[in-house]
Amino acid sequence: MTDWEVVIGLEIHAQLATKSKIFSGSATAYGAPPNTQANLVDLAYPGVLPVLNGEAVRMAVKFGLSIGATVARRSVFARKNYFYPDLPKGYQISQYELPVVKQGKLAVMLDDGTVKTVGVTRAHLEEDAGKSLHEGLAHASGIDLNRAGTPLLEIVSEPDMRSAKEAVAYMKKIHTLVRYLEICDGNMQEGSFRCDANVSVRPRGRAQFGTRAEIKNLNSFRFVEKAINHEVARQIELLESGGTVVQETRLYDSDKDETRAMRSKEEANDYRYFPDPDLLPVEIDASFVDAVRATLPELPDEKAARFARDFGLSAYDAGVLSASRELGAYFEAVADQLNAPHAKLAANWVMGELSSALNRDNLEVQESRVPAVQLSGLLKRIIDQTISGKIAKEVFEAMWSEGKSADAIIEARGLKQITDAGAIESVIDAVIAANPKQLADFRSGKDKLFGFFVGQVMKATEGKANPAQLNELLKRKLGGGA
Amino acid sequence: MLHTLSIDELRQRLDSRQISSVEITRHFLARIERLNPALNALITLTAEEALAAAAAADSRRAAGEKGPLLGIPLIHKDIFCTDGVRTSCGSRMLDNFIAPYDATIVARLKEAGTVMLAKANMDEFAMGSSNETSYYGPVKNPWDTTKVPGGSSGGSAAATAARLAPFATGTDTGGSIRQPAALTGVTGIKPTYGRVSRYGMVAFASSLDQAGVFARSAADAAIVLQAMAGFDPRDSTSVDAPVPDYSATLNAPLGGLKIGLLREFFDGLEARNSALIHDALKTYRRLGAETVEVSLPHLPLSVPTYYVVAPAECSSNLSRFDGVRFGYRCDSPKDLFDLYTRSRGEGFGAEVKRRIMTGTYVLSAGYFDAYYLKAQKVRRLITDDFRAAFARVDLLIGPTTPTPAFAIGAKINDPVTMYLNDIYTIGANLAGLPGVSLPCGFVDELPMGLQLIGPHFSEAKLLNAAHQLQQATDWHRRSPRGYE
Repeated sequence: MTDWEVVIGLEIHAQLATKSKIFSGSATAYGAPPNTQANLVDLAYPGVLPVLNGEAVRMAVKFGLSIGATVARRSVFARKNYFYPDLPKGYQISQYELPVVKQGKLAVMLDDGTVKTVGVTRAHLEEDAGKSLHEGLAHASGIDLNRAGTPLLEIVSEPDMRSAKEAVAYMKKIHTLVRYLEICDGNMQEGSFRCDANVSVRPRGRAQFGTRAEIKNLNSFRFVEKAINHEVARQIELLESGGTVVQETRLYDSDKDETRAMRSKEEANDYRYFPDPDLLPVEIDASFVDAVRATLPELPDEKAARFARDFGLSAYDAGVLSASRELGAYFEAVADQLNAPHAKLAANWVMGELSSALNRDNLEVQESRVPAVQLSGLLKRIIDQTISGKIAKEVFEAMWSEGKSADAIIEARGLKQITDAGAIESVIDAVIAANPKQLADFRSGKDKLFGFFVGQVMKATEGKANPAQLNELLKRKLGGGA
Repeated sequence: MLHTLSIDELRQRLDSRQISSVEITRHFLARIERLNPALNALITLTAEEALAAAAAADSRRAAGEKGPLLGIPLIHKDIFCTDGVRTSCGSRMLDNFIAPYDATIVARLKEAGTVMLAKANMDEFAMGSSNETSYYGPVKNPWDTTKVPGGSSGGSAAATAARLAPFATGTDTGGSIRQPAALTGVTGIKPTYGRVSRYGMVAFASSLDQAGVFARSAADAAIVLQAMAGFDPRDSTSVDAPVPDYSATLNAPLGGLKIGLLREFFDGLEARNSALIHDALKTYRRLGAETVEVSLPHLPLSVPTYYVVAPAECSSNLSRFDGVRFGYRCDSPKDLFDLYTRSRGEGFGAEVKRRIMTGTYVLSAGYFDAYYLKAQKVRRLITDDFRAAFARVDLLIGPTTPTPAFAIGAKINDPVTMYLNDIYTIGANLAGLPGVSLPCGFVDELPMGLQLIGPHFSEAKLLNAAHQLQQATDWHRRSPRGYE
């Protein structure tokens, strides 16, 4: 059996979060009625001309700086010529030979905690096409040009990834990064962030790449992983049965979990690229780059390192909490209210109770029903032993549904922990008196019955007895049998 | 007679209330009605809109407004989008196209108070040198209606020569203003690439196209160019540089001006044509200019270079005419491919198709380097030749065309011979330079033009030199018989 090595490169399309299109003044908002955000330039009327949106260039430069790439002093828009109804001009304006961003790299943490560096060959600006609509139209296709001219940053990686998992980890990292930079909303359902995967296999140890297939338009992390794994299996099966892989474009069908050929290299369009004479080359000088650099936020890796250092978190926790700017900010707001040793408690709560509540209600962290200041209020009550961790979960649920502070809920529901030793002792005495058989059994060696007594006391106190105190007092009363 | 007056003379009579814009407009509309049928210079008449615009101009003047073009009629080449008016570009493809907006130069001239009388006939999508490729039929030359007026702005040129309007707009991609101006005995200026906005001008070859003016004198052209020129944020290739006062320097003395004779333009030039240019040079020397011979060794490569670059750009620019959103659509297409191929096949004429195919070919994988890239390199060499020449001289001079107007039908079936008509004009487009053609005499009773080419943004100097020659000669005052 051949030991196959998988080789993957990704072309990620990130829709830039500009207010207007890349070459026209139309709005870029998603979901408007068809063709209400398409002006004469987007409709490619005779005589109209494109004018570059400087904001799109600024965002591309911001991305380039965040991955330590070279920002080209001069980049050029070209025309990619082909006919399609959703491409009104009959050509797409895209940077071809001279992209705005070249040669960057990104450190990606894998599931096993190892860090892999993935090269970014280039990132270039281009315009998106419109959409063809087929639903509800008999014998006709509709065209919606709202999306036509939306700015895209196409981020092309080196063929550095060796498994579907690595590809997903890389794509997630880029996803995190573009949202940190606030240059893309990252919304994959709406198509704001999608990718094409170039996949090939080769016998391990061989220097030469195998023939690749390109899987188009993957718009979820899960599909990327499934599509690549499917494609790898298809190629290996093909090669092992004596066949050859042909260079072609394939489409992933998520319903059937398979990829299908779209067009082969022979059928591929000759796009007849040439520099767009309607647009001047984009000239970027050092002062522009410096000005953009000054607007860079703390980047995910920097934030994770700081969380690990300042809050004593594990690399894993720091990575999770810095995965989005909003989550990081929430965690920091909670942790900053607590003394340093309790940062881990804050991390556990943010990654645990809070994240599952957000997931359950399908909310973003910035929409959380429990604001950071209220969560820190709850954690303070755990730290000062007003309530136990178990009761705290109940309080958290009440805070989530009622929108009140932890103290208000603890007060209203009488959930304050019983820490008065005398009060706990009298309950223990009553429980022991009511259960003579169990006491006898325990004393004759049935150690497991200790738990029974704890349970009875907790039941009698409605869970409010301080667990540590209860344990200690109970041991003493039962006569050290446990 | 109103149609013999210059723009400034009309303006004076308007200012002194001797005449109204409505009266001037009626006069020209009447001439159009009487004279255009024999010329076919116009595609769409806008008489009603013209009278309304003239009345509005009269009100503006009555309210105290002044302006060199307020109330002056014009004719626009049908390549400029005009809001609410058909903009056909001489093509069946746009026969049904009512533009929903004004081109920048249309808007600027409207703002200046001009009155649009009509849209002028032209070669289809500005591709042609004889105005015979128009879907609306050939334009006749007022000097001899068996002859072509030149192209592609043949309608604008013929209309100006026939005094159907005081002036007309045109566009020049490879000579489409200067060549027809020469063949119809009028003054035509193609400004520096970037001087005038291309927004709203249907694109032929984007890196070469430039809008300009047909007028009966350099002085009139100066007034019109003043209103058209200037930066437009909607055209990235328009240049944000101040526009000088073109009329102010028309009478600057020419003492010390160095004029370079383009040696390559005189090689093999017919003697009678050459003699007319040399007559003009004598006049220039008398006016104090110095003349020297200069050589631009790469200039003879202009035609082949142009016929790679222009078709390449046009093949892409014309892709938007696909039968989907506007313009011609074939009857009952059976699928998308059929819609594209029949709409384009039926909507475009032969010359347009020839250039789209040429352009598609030179951009194809495998041919791109040998044609498109090579042509761009030669284009740079030609530009460098001009730059070197302008280090020695202020302006260059040569013939505008190799011959006077030729017979309708004589060259239409021989594209290469037709393309060679632009041999003297194309260089300026490839280098983005301004050029002016002005009448300099007659050969076989047909007008001939001479061409002045200047460095980038030297329009004021070109108009100055043209005006001085026109002060010393009267070729530009000659009128074709029947149009006096």
